[in-house]
Amino acid sequence: MSVDTVETPAAGSTAAAPAPSRPRRRGRRVTPYLLVLPAVVLELLVHIVPMLVGIWMSFVRLTQFFIANWSQAPSAGLDNYKVALDFSGPLGKSLLHSFGVTLAYTVLVVGVAWLFGMSGALVLHRSFRGRGFLRTLFLVPYAMPIYAGIMTWSFIFQRDNGLMNHLVKSLGLGDGESFWLVGNNAFASMAIVAIWRAWPFAFLMLLAGLQNVPDEVYDAASVDGAGIWKQVRYITLPYLRPVNVVLVLMLFLWTFNDFNTPFVLFGPTPPRSADLMSIHIYGNSFVSWNFGFGAAMSVLLLLFLLVVTGLYLFLTSRRSRRA
Amino acid sequence: MREPVSFRVFRWVVVLVLGAFTLIPLYVLLSSSLKPLGEVQGEFRWWPEHPTFRPFVDIWSTVPLARYFANSLVVCLVATLFSVLIAIFAAYAVSRYRFRGRSLFSGAVLSTQMIPGILFLLPLFLIFVNLDKTLGTTVFYQTRVGLIVMYMTFSLPFAIWMLAGYLDGIPRDLDEAARVDGCSAVGALFRVVLPAARPGVVAVAVYAFMTAWGEILFASQMTNTETRTLSIGLQSYSTQINVYWNQVMAASLVVSLPIVLVFLLLQRYLVAGLTAGAVK
Repeated sequence: MSVDTVETPAAGSTAAAPAPSRPRRRGRRVTPYLLVLPAVVLELLVHIVPMLVGIWMSFVRLTQFFIANWSQAPSAGLDNYKVALDFSGPLGKSLLHSFGVTLAYTVLVVGVAWLFGMSGALVLHRSFRGRGFLRTLFLVPYAMPIYAGIMTWSFIFQRDNGLMNHLVKSLGLGDGESFWLVGNNAFASMAIVAIWRAWPFAFLMLLAGLQNVPDEVYDAASVDGAGIWKQVRYITLPYLRPVNVVLVLMLFLWTFNDFNTPFVLFGPTPPRSADLMSIHIYGNSFVSWNFGFGAAMSVLLLLFLLVVTGLYLFLTSRRSRRA
Repeated sequence: MREPVSFRVFRWVVVLVLGAFTLIPLYVLLSSSLKPLGEVQGEFRWWPEHPTFRPFVDIWSTVPLARYFANSLVVCLVATLFSVLIAIFAAYAVSRYRFRGRSLFSGAVLSTQMIPGILFLLPLFLIFVNLDKTLGTTVFYQTRVGLIVMYMTFSLPFAIWMLAGYLDGIPRDLDEAARVDGCSAVGALFRVVLPAARPGVVAVAVYAFMTAWGEILFASQMTNTETRTLSIGLQSYSTQINVYWNQVMAASLVVSLPIVLVFLLLQRYLVAGLTAGAVK
């Protein structure tokens, strides 16, 4: 992964690079590499090397006996993968279940967070009384440390003293004795918390995107008699496409890898309905201390994300080229 | 332009729904932190009947909150400092030089953001344990040093990306002029370019600090009782026999307030920085 051995044509070299003064020429060629060196070293140490070690781990039988002398761990071949992908065995079955839960969670959270963010941005883009206050308010969940927000929700979802059951009871929707953090309700509770935290980010990005749509386009459209909703449909949304492409991808990756929400709400072993991939792997690795199997599942997770991201970028870039 | 009724209705619905959704938990956080223990143990009430600041005093003795606070502060400040410094150098190279491997570097750095954290955690755990064994002392595993090394890189990719975008917006004539006056590349960067890029640097620093301050996954395995940071430490209020919900809320408020205030004060720069790359 060293930078200087790769043959990448320097993009736009003639237009952008300032003309080097002659005596400094040699220095000029080395300087950028010296400047990126610390970042490259650090990325190698904390991201690239551990990732390679992780891939190696997935091919060995790395149980608790070998944690302090890992070089002794016996090879496992593809065994870890076979167990993970054997969907009739207990470990494979629970992994598949966790995958399903994560997929449903991601679709729900990303969809609703985007919808909220888009609605909020459309409304707050136009001026009205209280706009500044709302804008600031909407940023607070995003600015708060993750765990502080999730713990507040955890209190809200408590059975005996939480706000949720109090609301349910006073609105006459039930007896107010439901468990929100146990059983099947846990999935919905976890999704609500994740949406609360994710939508302000969508709102931020989309609001910034809206400011980049030139006013003249709207003016021209309203002269042509297009109403506000038609403008949203035919001007705003197409203009926001590049922002949306990046935004949806980021929301997808964050939500699919989400560890914080289930961990703070439920601890290391969440209820089955809220068993997201990250925490599933975490629990399997640090409770049973079978790191080889955990690493194999992490690699499978990465492969899935790579394939989805690759397909997504391919499809979105093809559509935008045709448009 | 004139707004049709349908849009005004839409605005009301959006403001009410999103406003309530955002505000209610924040209100619960604030009001519960002012209640005595008895009031958070019974059925939920909207208003504290006997408001008290006791929870804000008690939080410091129920769990060693001051130690968690100090750990978090040290780890996050040092990690932020290094992360920003390294990002400044890298972003300057990406923004001002056209060198071989430039696009590979920016692409590779950003794509590390995609890799699930759990895939790093297991190997880093092993690497740290075995490194310490080789060195014969505890340097990395469950220490502040280990946390700092990890947290430095977590915000680095986004920091480089944000800063490079920011530096692109600063005219090259500035550093060219400094170079003509005899500054070295690094001299021009620090004397001329950085002062002009101060808002961008501040935004990146706040972002890096927030990332570290809220990190949970790595803190959960890579700290012990001595080096515990707030993200895990705060959960110890609920492992007691009594869950001190009023103290949990008070402590959450105390650890949130400084960072939220900084964020809101600097929101103009932060929002510009966070969204610059994607919107362009």
